[in-house]
Amino acid sequence: MIEIRNVRKSFGNHEVIKGVSLEVKKGEVLCLIGASGSGKSTMLQCINGLEPIQAGEILVDGISVHAKSTDLNLLRQKLGIVFQQYNAFPHLNALENVALAPRIVRKMRPKDALEIAREHLDYVGLSAQAEQYPTSLSGGQQQRLAIARALAMKPDYMLFDEVTSALDPELVGEVLDTIRKLRTNGMTMIMVTHDIAFARESADRVAFFDGGVICEIGDARQVITAPNKERTQQFLQRVLH
Amino acid sequence: MFGYTFYWSIVWQKLPELAAGAALTLQITVLSMILGTAFGAALAIGRQGRGLGLRLSTAWVELARNTPALFQIYMVYFGLGAFGIHLSSYVAMVAALTFNNAGYLAEVFRGGLSSVPKTQMSAARSLGMTVGQSYARVVFPQVFKTVFFPYVNQLNWALLNSSLGMIIGLRELTGATQAAQSESFRTFEFFLVAAAIYFLLSKIVEVSARLIFRRLFRT
Repeated sequence: MIEIRNVRKSFGNHEVIKGVSLEVKKGEVLCLIGASGSGKSTMLQCINGLEPIQAGEILVDGISVHAKSTDLNLLRQKLGIVFQQYNAFPHLNALENVALAPRIVRKMRPKDALEIAREHLDYVGLSAQAEQYPTSLSGGQQQRLAIARALAMKPDYMLFDEVTSALDPELVGEVLDTIRKLRTNGMTMIMVTHDIAFARESADRVAFFDGGVICEIGDARQVITAPNKERTQQFLQRVLH
Repeated sequence: MFGYTFYWSIVWQKLPELAAGAALTLQITVLSMILGTAFGAALAIGRQGRGLGLRLSTAWVELARNTPALFQIYMVYFGLGAFGIHLSSYVAMVAALTFNNAGYLAEVFRGGLSSVPKTQMSAARSLGMTVGQSYARVVFPQVFKTVFFPYVNQLNWALLNSSLGMIIGLRELTGATQAAQSESFRTFEFFLVAAAIYFLLSKIVEVSARLIFRRLFRT
């Protein structure tokens, strides 16, 4: 379970998260929606400790992410994250991209790490591209590679940060299909997305971020089709029409 | 006035000594480059930071790049000697050349580091890698690709700089040549041959570097 308690986060004098609390249970899929700059992406980066927080607490399976005593490198093995800009390692081919962390972090033997990597490339449908370098892959393929790379660490949770925003429209489908497959397999996920239709279809709950706070949170269909708050209605009207 | 007669046979007699000198030259070069690369990488990272790390690494880089290598060698050999730290000329030479290489390489690496997006570091850290692992496995391999040719340039420069070892009594190629010619005063012949050997060593270094580059980065 991921518990977020009254988290505040600033960049310099600019407070981007102004007291956010929420819980995500095992097996649940939560989508964060809201305008750019509302703090949703920053929230994700805080969950796996890439960003420090100024107040509050984030617990992953009861372990405090920002406590000094926490071994972040160990904790991050539970939390896979995929970024908007893929961030494939350009000096490694697809197979090596996926095998690197199992070998270095999990200290697997090279042969076993490659075996794990092959399995995960296969899972995201990139078996045929195993020997290719990221520069020769399409955006959608690179993003699926990034998902395979995160999954190879066998995380308990996956965080997706606007993973389809940088993609050409015709490449979005293949990435969303991969996420759907993960959902079917019961992965716990937190997704930041601008794709409202996808959020309604695949999320259990949706949280609408507005100005650094959660304006509305609830059942995905209810929040998107019949929001209670006026701000949520205004936002959805803007993005859906 | 063109009556100079070349007298080569004396050079061939001394060739084993020159070859031993060349071997020492290579040894000093390689050692000071390996150590220089490690320190240079640390300095480049230090210069991205703040506080004491930034000040120390900046001081190192500025001193190494803006004073003659000859002065640096004197400082390590005679300067430290004045404080009671007596290094052999071999150790002093490797230390001084490492200091020099690290200063130049830090600047080479700094350029390379700025060409790697910061998000590469985030991606590596998010997979559970430590800062050190992320630099070693993700960031620096990319840096090396961008800076490979300036890096080889420094390697060549280190090879030629090692000739300064002569002034602290080291029998590297120049020292060995100097010693050999002083018995016969056939200076011209000896230094021509030494120059040819330097040229050859430089070319070998350059060509092998290109081969390694192709093998490593598959371009």
